[in-house]
Amino acid sequence: MSAHDVLVVAEVQRQALADITLELLAAARGVAEAGGGQVICLVLSADGTPFVPALAPADRIVLVNDPQLADYAPDPFVAAAFEVVAAEQPRAVLVAGTSVGWDLAPLLASRLQAPLVTGCKSVTADGPGLVVDVSFCGGKMMAEVAVGQSPAVLMIMPGSYRAATAAGAARVETREPASPLPAGAVRFREWVLPEAGDVDITQQDVLVAVGRGIQQKDNVELAEQLAQALGGAVCASRPAVDQGWLPATRQVGKSGMTVRPKLYLALGVSGAPEHLEGMDGSELIIAVNTDPKAPIFDAAHYGAEVDALDLLPALVEAVGAKKG
Amino acid sequence: MSVVPTDAGVELLEQLGKTGSGTSPLGCMQCGMCAASCPLGAAMEFPPRKLILQTMAGNLDKVLASPSLWMCVGCYTCSHRCPRDIELTDGLWPALRDRSMQAGFQPPGELQETFQNLFKYGNTLGKSPRQRLDWAKGLDVPVLDLSKESRPVDVLWLVGCYPSYYPRNHAVTRAWARIMTRLGVSWGVLGAKEKSAGECERMFGEEGLFETLVEENRKLLGAQQFETLVTLDPHAYRALHAYYPRFGAWYPVQHYTTFLAERLDALRGMIVKPVEATVTYHDNCCVGRRCGCYDPPRALLQLIPGVKLVEMDRHHDNALCCGGGGGGMWLDAHIVAHGGHRLSDERIRQAAATGADTLAVSCPYELSRFEDAAKVAGLDGQVKVRDIIELLAESMDLGERSVA
Amino acid sequence: MNIMVVVRQVPDLIESLEIDASGSSLDWDAASFIINECDDHALEQALLLKEAAGGTVTVVALDQGDVDNTLYTAAAKGADRIVKIPVDDGWHPSPRAAAALYAEAAKDLAKDLVLVGVQAHDELDGVLAPALAAALALPYVGVIRGVQAGSEPGSVVACKEFPGAVMARLDVRLPAVLGILGADQPPRYVPVSRIRAAMKESRFEEPAVAAAPAASLVSVHKLYPPVSGTRAEMLVGSESDIAGRIAAILAEKGLLK
Repeated sequence: MSAHDVLVVAEVQRQALADITLELLAAARGVAEAGGGQVICLVLSADGTPFVPALAPADRIVLVNDPQLADYAPDPFVAAAFEVVAAEQPRAVLVAGTSVGWDLAPLLASRLQAPLVTGCKSVTADGPGLVVDVSFCGGKMMAEVAVGQSPAVLMIMPGSYRAATAAGAARVETREPASPLPAGAVRFREWVLPEAGDVDITQQDVLVAVGRGIQQKDNVELAEQLAQALGGAVCASRPAVDQGWLPATRQVGKSGMTVRPKLYLALGVSGAPEHLEGMDGSELIIAVNTDPKAPIFDAAHYGAEVDALDLLPALVEAVGAKKG
Repeated sequence: MSVVPTDAGVELLEQLGKTGSGTSPLGCMQCGMCAASCPLGAAMEFPPRKLILQTMAGNLDKVLASPSLWMCVGCYTCSHRCPRDIELTDGLWPALRDRSMQAGFQPPGELQETFQNLFKYGNTLGKSPRQRLDWAKGLDVPVLDLSKESRPVDVLWLVGCYPSYYPRNHAVTRAWARIMTRLGVSWGVLGAKEKSAGECERMFGEEGLFETLVEENRKLLGAQQFETLVTLDPHAYRALHAYYPRFGAWYPVQHYTTFLAERLDALRGMIVKPVEATVTYHDNCCVGRRCGCYDPPRALLQLIPGVKLVEMDRHHDNALCCGGGGGGMWLDAHIVAHGGHRLSDERIRQAAATGADTLAVSCPYELSRFEDAAKVAGLDGQVKVRDIIELLAESMDLGERSVA
Repeated sequence: MNIMVVVRQVPDLIESLEIDASGSSLDWDAASFIINECDDHALEQALLLKEAAGGTVTVVALDQGDVDNTLYTAAAKGADRIVKIPVDDGWHPSPRAAAALYAEAAKDLAKDLVLVGVQAHDELDGVLAPALAAALALPYVGVIRGVQAGSEPGSVVACKEFPGAVMARLDVRLPAVLGILGADQPPRYVPVSRIRAAMKESRFEEPAVAAAPAASLVSVHKLYPPVSGTRAEMLVGSESDIAGRIAAILAEKGLLK
């Protein structure tokens, strides 16, 4: 253990390792390197052994395996994490800004009497301290925050770092909690999964939006193909729903749903204010419209002034080729 | 199955009728003229006739809970044709909607959001009040912000929410500023302090919100000196003309078409070029059917050389509403979900059937509604939608193109 | 069930946010305020629980921003008590400091359940909901969408939201603090006339709360606006050129899995 180590709490969702863990490891490596410290990855689960190969970028992989960590309840997780962090005394504990993270990070920080920073987009070592770039106020403001106390608990926003690839020492240790993990007043009962066939567009990472420029219902099929290739779903602007091309559950906009996916691909959508309202918070917006003055281009990051119907088949092909 | 009036129902109906200016709804003879005339009557669970019947029978709860309570678009056709002159659109509907919300029933979601926006920001679009004058950026005529520098003016122009904030409307707003200036009218606006006149809120049934806005507007207008208010919005005109006086707030107010129609000779002398267009005019519901004002807009259009005016089959008091009034701008999804349709989709086809290449309008909602409808109907290459102001400005060479 | 709800005022994001002269704080005077959205959901959830199982709802807020309007609206919606905690002018306490204030103000309040929004967009050096739980020495779980009375008395069932519309159903033994993301239904609309009536009829409780401002454990060096372009970067070429470019952009951003 060393005061220069950085500890990452792996994000495990229903016994599967989430990708964001690798983003956290990348963040951790940047900070640990500066002080000559190590990257420790803490895995809290029923059995973390299957995750080990994916966690190669860490120097130490600490597995705390316990049946109480199989599903989710705050107390056993916080207690297990606290024990390890208190023993290791790293300079920073990186937690993902996820459902578990939003419990774990503050509760852990409270137990440790440690500073907590949320909304972190980047972390850098600054002498013995840390400098963190934070996004807040709905993404409208950034703050540069100095953290002097150690350990510090930092909640890292998904998408802030590229997944770590370079291998670390990857030494595996398995630990038993010193005393039985407390069950606590909040107990897990069951998982409730969404009904098969329902598409909740607000939960999608990728949305392919169709507007009037798709021209007719038959062309929605092409958009579906693209959505599938990208692991997402098709949504629609109001005119497309009014035309009956897609059900109202797929409508984005003022009289539909508000979405914030990682990718919003707008095909033949003009970008009327009522539509923009429902999607302009999306992380990456790519718009295709034959009208160069379409307001969607003011909201989009990338645009192309071509016919969506002509572009679609080419795009399905290009995406397939890139995926390899 | 006969419906038996109850004492409580009759009393309630009497009470509800007090908010309107016409005959009490108790005078209803169940002729069904309203239901048959209503453009959405076939889709309503309770068209006006049945609203009255069921309320009288003591079934108010059913009425208040019904989604059809939120399907009226404020077109005044029922009120206009009612043989007993019952004030349905402005009286019974808002009173029932108010009751419904008081009883805890939730209005359609989009409408709720509009109420919140009006309450918080004084405009229906949920935009910052500080941006209310952004439409005037780079304008080539001076804009007097009376909230910052008060002077007596001929015209206090209440710009309105859509004309201030909605991008498509800006061309009209700016052209109007230029036309007034060219006419030598001294005018000013209330800038960031301007709030909605509250017309639609009242019709949605948000009586409390309307009162709040009337109070705020009284303070604002009371601090100013002007010969007349002018508005581009027929709904605002109606509210200021017919409802503000009930709160002791009386102001001379004109819709822009009437204002200009009093200055035809001056305008005629300012026209410098023709506008070659076959134009059909859509009578808006508030200034048209409700107030019986059909000639001024046509007189303005006929002033423009090159304009050939044709009438739709349904015109004057028989015009078909665009569907945007009475909250309709925010009720399309609700209406469609309950078996109705967007009236603007129907109306644009009526416009195209005349062979016109231009549909002329004089209400801020109609621009976006009809342009949208033209796209959906595939008519956007065939029929252009333009406000009368835009056509006039073009013939006076005061359109956007003439900005240096 | 006696429920305490905390509602916060946050800067309204429809206005552009200004940075003050020091460069390290928001210009609070230039901001306009609205109720924190998650807290609005927390209030709605409290009202739903009261309607289902009886009890009282007490709404607590710091005296900042448009708080009067917020509290009167809460009363109009059905809150039984509205509490406004005085704070020094211009002080915007961090979540930890605010938690101490709320805990102090509520020390004599019967509270089986405390509902607070799980996030507020002006937080960066702490999260109020779990901090309040710590200050009250109560159990906590957050990111909750929907709460129902439990089958056993003195318990509730809370749904914790996970990605992909997956929920974890949790049994919570009261008393406890829940960090609310959403309620079982959207916040109800209350007509303005009822809010105006509440303004006439309702009274705030204004407890004197001695605050020992806790020093923040971090320091903000500076605030700055995020870098953003205004218009889309336009991709040109044939359809296959453009398609290739788009695929490359997606790959770069890790969106092709």
